[in-house]
Amino acid sequence: MAAIASVEAGAQTPAPAAGPATRRRSFPVWRWAILLIAGAFFLIPLWAGVQFAGLKAFPDVFKQSGFVSAIGLSLRLAVITTVLTLVLMVPTTVYVHLRLPQIRPIMEAITILPIVIPPIVLIIGVLKVAPGFLLGTPYLLALVYVILAMPFAYRSLDAGLRSFDLKTMVEASNSLGAGWSTTLWRVVLPNIRTAVLSATVLTVALVLGEFTMASLALYVTFPVWIVQFEQNSGPVSVAASLLALFVTWILLMLIVAVGGRSARKRGGAQVALFTVTRQDVSQTRGEPE
Amino acid sequence: MAENTAQAVVPEVLTSGARPSPVSTSIRGALRWLGIVPFGVYVALGLAAPTIAIAVAAFRNSSTGAFTASNFNTALKGTYLLGLKTSLLLSIATAIVPGIFGLLLAYAIYTAKRGNVLRQVVVTASGVFANFGGVPLAFLFIATLSTTGIVTGWIKDIFSVDIWNHGFTLYNTSGVFIVYMYFQIPLMVLVILPALEGLRPAWREAAQNMGAGTWQYWRYVGGPVLLPSFLGCLLLLFGSAFSAYATAEALTGGTIALTPIQIGALLNGNVLAGQENLGYALGLTMIVIIAIVMVIYTILQRRAARWLR
Repeated sequence: MAAIASVEAGAQTPAPAAGPATRRRSFPVWRWAILLIAGAFFLIPLWAGVQFAGLKAFPDVFKQSGFVSAIGLSLRLAVITTVLTLVLMVPTTVYVHLRLPQIRPIMEAITILPIVIPPIVLIIGVLKVAPGFLLGTPYLLALVYVILAMPFAYRSLDAGLRSFDLKTMVEASNSLGAGWSTTLWRVVLPNIRTAVLSATVLTVALVLGEFTMASLALYVTFPVWIVQFEQNSGPVSVAASLLALFVTWILLMLIVAVGGRSARKRGGAQVALFTVTRQDVSQTRGEPE
Repeated sequence: MAENTAQAVVPEVLTSGARPSPVSTSIRGALRWLGIVPFGVYVALGLAAPTIAIAVAAFRNSSTGAFTASNFNTALKGTYLLGLKTSLLLSIATAIVPGIFGLLLAYAIYTAKRGNVLRQVVVTASGVFANFGGVPLAFLFIATLSTTGIVTGWIKDIFSVDIWNHGFTLYNTSGVFIVYMYFQIPLMVLVILPALEGLRPAWREAAQNMGAGTWQYWRYVGGPVLLPSFLGCLLLLFGSAFSAYATAEALTGGTIALTPIQIGALLNGNVLAGQENLGYALGLTMIVIIAIVMVIYTILQRRAARWLR
């Protein structure tokens, strides 16, 4: 599609047409080299892991002692974390976009902090300040995971809100008599569905993979169980972690594929995790649909 | 007041017309901030309070609770200073190398056709791999590059060289460096893509119309626009590597001298009882370094925001 667009553009202005055309042909060499190296670096260890575990180990994962309670706890934490994250971050991000766009750089800086503040430092701080009734329950972890999920959640939602004209939509909705909750629920949310789904899956991926905090807080979540179980059976332990990785990946792919298709149908911008593919007005005009 | 000259009346009218609004706008201005109160409270309780608690504890004596700076005397000496140096060097290396490779990878996807399957695979994979770490990741690399690993075997078969006999090891800083790339490269792809998307095709066309080649475009247009974002992303990668704990711990069994691992050992009571506050001091040292990095990051983001809207 991009190639067609550049040829179209070339027809209107003949001089630079040769530039883009030759550049497009010279791209694949280095592009494929990079992708090949990346593919090898990321896939060979996965393949080595599958080899090490053996295909037989995969069904065995579900039969191990402690698996059910560990995955149960992790899934409960994932649900609680996701709900809390969305309830906190969706209204906040929408509000910042509409009313306080000037603090977006500050939001950006605050929400990046959990990536850079060492989780080991954060969790010991949390264990120091948390009130007693929270210290006794594993759900304390969910409250902390909301903080950890912020960088990814904020960025997906921010990208989602940038992909359409939020202000106009909200003004239209308000002028038609809708209240804030109706507007948020029936106008804004449907438009950032993909972003919400990405945020959800990234949050779930984070909760299902987080080890440092859970192990220091002494709760046996799925990653902690994997490590404890490794002493019993290495292969099953590797199979379990690969399974978690593949399931999350497939989920994300489905979300992006479905979200992308519906976005194309609506003719809106496409949201892919953190980025918005906006079509420039000039390009959309030049592109034969 | 009303008998004032025309010249004075004009500002009088202006101010009287605007008089109700300064009050109401200041109220409305204050009310506007109410919308982010829940978020602010959550961040204050979940992020700021724990950080402050550590900062205070770092200046206390573990047994007596008296205020002291002695924790920092220990934290900035001997093995702990070495750990800090190793952590810093490792983080710088695992910011720059994956940063450059991640940029190239992101650019390769960015130039791919829109809505391309390849692009979706890489972007979603980045989302998953950026969160992958700890013991599972260590396992994968042990299966790949340990003495009996698959790739070690391939190299042995093809070149008849056992890399483990030639100084290679997975269980020290260089091994940790290789393994960290597994989540650092995807993280770079995720954070640099929005910046790449911000490069308008129109700029490139304009540059070409004025006769600029690919090199000149990157030297004078694309590069300068991208540079603040790129440096910002490098700082982010630095922070991510600096704060990583589980992967290095799992890979080396906690034998490597990195600050997060030393903190973990002190707080798990593996070293000596009554040294928790030394751990807090190390934690505060890390936070101070991260704070410096974040200030630079924010400044760079502000510069980047000029172009990326």
